[in-house]
Amino acid sequence: MSGILLFVVLAPLIGFLINGIFGKWTKPYAGVIASLALATSFVLGLFPIMSVLHGNIVEHIYYTWLPFKEVVIPFGLRVDALSAVMLFVVTFVSTMIHIYSIGYMHGDPGYSRFFAYLNLFVTSMLLLVLGNNYLLMFVGWEGVGLCSYLLIGFWYEKDTASDAGEKAFVVNRIGDAGFTIGVMFIIYYFGSATYADVFPRAEEVLNSTAATIIGLALFLGAMGKSAQFPLYIWLTDAMEGPTPVSSLIHAATMVTAGVYMVARSNAIFSMAPIAQEVVASVGAFTAFYAATMALTHKDIKRILAYSTLSQLGYMFIGVGVGAYWTGMFHLMTHAFFKGLLFLGAGAVMHSMRGLLSIDLMGGLRKYMPQTAILMVIASLAIGGIPPFAGFFSKDAILAHALEFGHPIIWVVGEITAFMTAFYMFRFVFTVFYGEEKVPGLYHDLHTHEAPAVMTIPMWTLGILSMVGGFVGLHIGGVVPFEHLITQIAPNTEVANEAHYSETVLIGVSVTMGILGILAAWIIYIKKIITAESIARAFKPIYTLLANTYYVDEFVACCIVKPFWWVSRNFLWKIVDVILIDKGMVDGAGWLASRVGYLLRFIQTGFVNHYAYWVSLGVIVLSGWYIVKII
Amino acid sequence: MNQLHFPILSLITFIPLMGAFFVALINEKNENLIKWFTFIILVIDFIVSLPLFFYFDPTTYHMQFVERVPWIKSLGFEYHVGVDGISLFLVLLTTFLTPLAQLSTWSAIDKKVKLFNIVILLMQTGMLGVFISIDMFLFYVFWEVQLIPMYLMIGIWGGPNRVFATMKFFLYTFAGSVFMMIAIMALYFLNHHFTGTYTSDMVKLMATPLPAHLQMWLFLAFFIAFAIKVPMWPFHTWLPWAHVEAPTAGSVILAGILLKMGTYGFLRFNLPMFPDMTHAFALLVIILSIIGIFYGAFVAMVQPDIKKLVAYSSVSHLGYSMLGMFALTQVGLEGSILQMLNHGISTGALFLIVGIIYERRHTRLISEYGGLASLIPVFSVFFMIFTLSSIAVPGTNGFVGEFMILLGAFLAKPIYGIIVAFGGLFSAIYMLTMYKRVVFLKVTNPKNLELKDMNKREWAYMLPLLLFVFWIGLYPNTFLSKMRVSVEHLLQQTNRSVKVIDKTQEAQLIKTVVVKKG
Amino acid sequence: MLVQYMIVSALLIAIGATGVMIKRNFMIVLMSLEIMINGAGMLLIVMAYYLGNVSGQVMFLFVAAVAASETAVGLAIAVMMYKRKGSVDINDFSMLKK
Repeated sequence: MSGILLFVVLAPLIGFLINGIFGKWTKPYAGVIASLALATSFVLGLFPIMSVLHGNIVEHIYYTWLPFKEVVIPFGLRVDALSAVMLFVVTFVSTMIHIYSIGYMHGDPGYSRFFAYLNLFVTSMLLLVLGNNYLLMFVGWEGVGLCSYLLIGFWYEKDTASDAGEKAFVVNRIGDAGFTIGVMFIIYYFGSATYADVFPRAEEVLNSTAATIIGLALFLGAMGKSAQFPLYIWLTDAMEGPTPVSSLIHAATMVTAGVYMVARSNAIFSMAPIAQEVVASVGAFTAFYAATMALTHKDIKRILAYSTLSQLGYMFIGVGVGAYWTGMFHLMTHAFFKGLLFLGAGAVMHSMRGLLSIDLMGGLRKYMPQTAILMVIASLAIGGIPPFAGFFSKDAILAHALEFGHPIIWVVGEITAFMTAFYMFRFVFTVFYGEEKVPGLYHDLHTHEAPAVMTIPMWTLGILSMVGGFVGLHIGGVVPFEHLITQIAPNTEVANEAHYSETVLIGVSVTMGILGILAAWIIYIKKIITAESIARAFKPIYTLLANTYYVDEFVACCIVKPFWWVSRNFLWKIVDVILIDKGMVDGAGWLASRVGYLLRFIQTGFVNHYAYWVSLGVIVLSGWYIVKII
Repeated sequence: MNQLHFPILSLITFIPLMGAFFVALINEKNENLIKWFTFIILVIDFIVSLPLFFYFDPTTYHMQFVERVPWIKSLGFEYHVGVDGISLFLVLLTTFLTPLAQLSTWSAIDKKVKLFNIVILLMQTGMLGVFISIDMFLFYVFWEVQLIPMYLMIGIWGGPNRVFATMKFFLYTFAGSVFMMIAIMALYFLNHHFTGTYTSDMVKLMATPLPAHLQMWLFLAFFIAFAIKVPMWPFHTWLPWAHVEAPTAGSVILAGILLKMGTYGFLRFNLPMFPDMTHAFALLVIILSIIGIFYGAFVAMVQPDIKKLVAYSSVSHLGYSMLGMFALTQVGLEGSILQMLNHGISTGALFLIVGIIYERRHTRLISEYGGLASLIPVFSVFFMIFTLSSIAVPGTNGFVGEFMILLGAFLAKPIYGIIVAFGGLFSAIYMLTMYKRVVFLKVTNPKNLELKDMNKREWAYMLPLLLFVFWIGLYPNTFLSKMRVSVEHLLQQTNRSVKVIDKTQEAQLIKTVVVKKG
Repeated sequence: MLVQYMIVSALLIAIGATGVMIKRNFMIVLMSLEIMINGAGMLLIVMAYYLGNVSGQVMFLFVAAVAASETAVGLAIAVMMYKRKGSVDINDFSMLKK
C-alpha cells in the first residue's frame, strides 16, 4: 500500500517532468500524457480510499524531511476519511478537467506547458491533502499557490493575466504568513506538527486561549487560499487564466483547501469557540457579500467566480459552526457542479471565440444544446433544488447552523440561497434562452457545440451533480457521509442543540431556491419587469454592486500605491540614498577629508617649521618625563 | 585531529595560489588556455575539497583536518587551520561556487583576461583561508588579503562608476576591519593578562570568556567589522554600489561568499567569545535584522536595476540569517548557517542569471526587458526556479532555511516569528514584480528580439546550482546532520553563565598570575 | 667632571638645534646638524668612559660614519638645490606644502 500511495502523488509529478522537460517533443501528446498520469493517480487512489471506507487509516512515513533538534518533520502520507474525500474529488475532477483541456487548449502554443503546470498543480494538491503533517500540507499549500500563479498568468503576454497571477500569489502570501504562524504555535505547544501527534493531545495541551490563537492564525491562511473576505480580491482577477484552470483550481479544488484545513484542524477549532465564531461569521458574510456582486456582473466567468466565493462562504459556515462534515460535503458537491459550470462557461467561450459578456449572448441553446442542458443541471444543483447535489449539502449546512445556535447565519444563508438561484438563472436565461442579442454574431463566429472530448467530461460531472448528493441521504438512520467524516472530524459538541422540524427547514430552502428561479424567469424570460428598470430604481445600489463595492479601486489607491510611493520616495530615495549612504557613510568620509584638510595647514613646506615642531615635541616629551619623575 | 593524516586544508587553500603562479607564466595572448587552465584548477580544488565532506566526523565539535605549524613562536602565532561543522559548508560553498563564477566570465570578460583569472585564483585562496583559520592572526591576514583581489576585480573590470564603488567597498570594509584588528589585539593581550600565555588560538580564546565588563567593547568592535561585511542594516550601502559595478563573477563571489565571512565571523567570534554580550545585545541585533529584512525588501521593490534589486534582497536575506543566529536556539542557528548556503546558491544563481542577459544586451534596467519568456524560454525557466528559491517556496532550499529561522526566532520569542512571518509577503512582491516585468508581458523592446537562449557553457554552470536548490529543499538532512554537534557546542558556549568577576577578584587573579610568573 | 662634559654636550645640541631652526642657508643648517650630532657623540663617549663600557665609544664610531655619509648626501642635495634654483636658501624650497 505504501508504494501505491506514494505513486498516487508521484504519477502527476512524472507527467509534469515529462511534459516540462521534453515539452518541445511531446507537444502533440502532452494532453494525453497528462491525462494518463492523472488517471493512473485516480485509479491507484481508489485502493487507499477503499481501505478507508472499511474503517482503516492508511499512513506511511517515507523519510525524515526536516530533522530539527526541536521538532522532526517526516515526509509521510496519510489517508483518512477527510483526505479520502479530498483525494477522490481532486483526482477525479482533475482527470475530467484534464481530458476536457485536451479539447479546450487544442492549438495553443503553450499546450505542453499548460499540461505540465496542471500536473504539477495536482501533485501539489495531493501533497496538501495527503501530507501527514502541517508542514507537508504547507508544501502543497504553497505549491498550489505557485501553480495557480503560473496558470493564471499562463497567457503571460497579456498584462492583466500577469498582474492577476502576481496578485494571487501575493495576497495568498498574507494568508501563508498566518498559516506559518499557526504551524509555529502548534510546534511550540506540541513539539510536533504531525496530525497523529497533535490532535489526540489537543485537549490536554492547549487551553482555550492558545487554541483560539492557533485557530485564528490558521484561519488567516484559509482566508487567503479560500478567498474569504477581505482576502478574496485575487479570485476574481484569477479568471484571467484559461477556463479549465478556473474550473479546476479556482472552483473545484485549490480554493477549497482552506475548508479542508479547518476541517482537518477540527480538534483545535472545537476548543476555540471564538475562532469558530469568526470562521462562521466571515463565511456567512462572504457568502452574502459575494452573492450580491454576482447579481449584476456581466462577465460570465466573473459571475461564476463570485458564485464560488459565495459557496466557499457556505463551506466555512459549515466548518465554522462545528459541523465539519457538512462543509466537506458541500466542498465535494460544489466541486462537481461548480467545476461543471466553469467547463460549461469554457465551452461557451470556446464557441464564442473568447467573448465573455452576457450582453452579447442569448439563445445559445439552439447552437449548443448539450451545454445548455448541463448548465441547467448545474444551476439547479447550485440553486439548491432537490434532488440535485447542491440541495443536500447546502441544506445540511444551514440546518446545522440553525441547530447549533446560529440563527442569524441561517437567515443570511437562506437569503443568499435566494440570490444564488437568481443570479445563476439570470446567467442561464440570458445566455442560453431568449433571442440572439447581436444578429449574425453566431454565424460569424461559427458558434457550435463543443467536441466530444469536452462534452464527455462535462456529462460525467453533470451526472455527479445530479446524484452526488445522495450520500447525504438518511439511510437506515445514518447519513453515510456524516458517518464517514465524523470518524475523523466529529461535530463540535454544542451545549443546547436546538431541534427544528426537518420538513420546515427543507421547505424554506427549497422555497428560496424556487423563488430565485422564478424571479429570474420573470425578469429575463417574461420581461414583466425589466432588469433596466430595477437598475434605474435602485441606482446607487446598482452602481455600487456593478463596481463590486469599489474594493479593487480602494486597494489600489489606498494600500498599493501609498506603499510603493513610500518605498520609492521615502525609504529608498531619502532614507537609503540620502540619510544612510550620503549622510552617514559618505559623511564619515567627508569628515575625514575635512580633518585632513585642516591638518594640511601645519605642512608649510619650510624646513625650519618642521624643526620647530620637532623641538617642541622633544621639549614636551622630556618635560612630561621630568614632571613624572619629580 | 586530522583523520586524513594529510594536509588537505592547506592543499585546498594553496592549489589556487599555485595555479595563479602557473597562469602568470602563460602567454597573455593564449586566452583560451588561460580560461581552461584556471577552470581546471578550480575544479580540481573542488574535487580535492570533497573528502572534507565525506570524511567529516559529525559526532564531534572539535576542529577536524587540523594542521598546526608554529609561525611566530615568540608571539604565540601559529599556522593553525581546521574546520568544524560551522565552517565545513562554507569551505565547500567556496570551492563549489568559484568555478561556476569563473565559467560565467569566459565571454563576459574581454580585457586583461590573464590578470582576471589570476585575481580569481588569489581570491579563492584568501576566502578559503578565512574559513579554515583557527589562529586569529592568520584569520586576520586572510581576511585582509581577500579584500585586495575583490578591490581589483571591481576596480578594473567593473562598470562605469567602478572607481567610486570600489573605493567605497574597500574603505568601508577596511574601516570595519580596523576595529576588528584592535579587538583582536586587545583579546590577545587580555588573554595574556588573565592566563599568562600569549596565544591567538581561537579555540583556546573561546574556552575562557572574559569578564562581562571587558566583553562589551570587544563585542562592539567585532560587531562593527562583521555587520559591515554581512551587511546589516544600516551598514549596507556599500553593497548596492559594489554589486552594480562589479562584473558578474565579482557579484557572484561577493554575494555568495564574501558576505558569508561576516556571518561566519559572528559565529566564530561574537557568540562563543562574548556570551554575556551576545545575550545583552541580542535584542538590538534582532531588531536591526528585522528592520533589514523588511527594509531590504521595501527598497528592493522599487529598484529600476535588476542587480540593485538582488543586492537589496541580499540585505533582506542576510537579515534572516542574523535573526536566526541571535535567536540563540538550535534550529535558528542551524537555519542561519543553512541560510548562508542558500543565499550563496540562489542569490549567486540570480546574479549569474542577470549576467547572462547583461552579456547579451549590456543593460540591467528592468524597463529595457519584457517578454523574454517567449524569446528565451530555457533562460526563463531557470530564472523562475531561482526566483522561487529566493522567495522560499517550499520544496526549494530557501524554504527550509527560512522556516528554520522563523521557527528558531519563534521559539526564542513568539513575537519575532510572528513579525517576520510576513516578510515572505514582501519578498514575493519584489521578486515576482521584477520577474513579471522582465520575463512576462509583451516584447516591447525590439533590441530583445535578437536574444539567444542559454548556450552549453551557461547550462553547465546553472545546472549544479539547480541540483542544490532541490537537494537542500527536499533532503536537508545531508547538511543539517553535519552541523548539528558543532552548533550544539556553540550554543552551549553562548549559554554558559560567566561568573561575574568583581574588581577584587580580578585583582586576585592578576596577583596569582604575577606570582606564577615571578 | 662629568657634569661639565654633559653641560658642554647639551650646549652643543642646543646651539645646533637653534641653528637648524633659525638659519635659512642650507649649508649652515647642515653645519648645525653636524654640531648636534657631535654633541650627542660627545655624550656617548663621556658616558662610556664614565661607565667603563666600550660600547658607547664603538657606538660613536658608527655615529661618526653615519654623520659623514649624511653630510655627503646633504651636500649632494645642496648642489642639486643650487642647480635647480640658483640658491641654497631653504625658504625657496617649500614644495612639500602641496
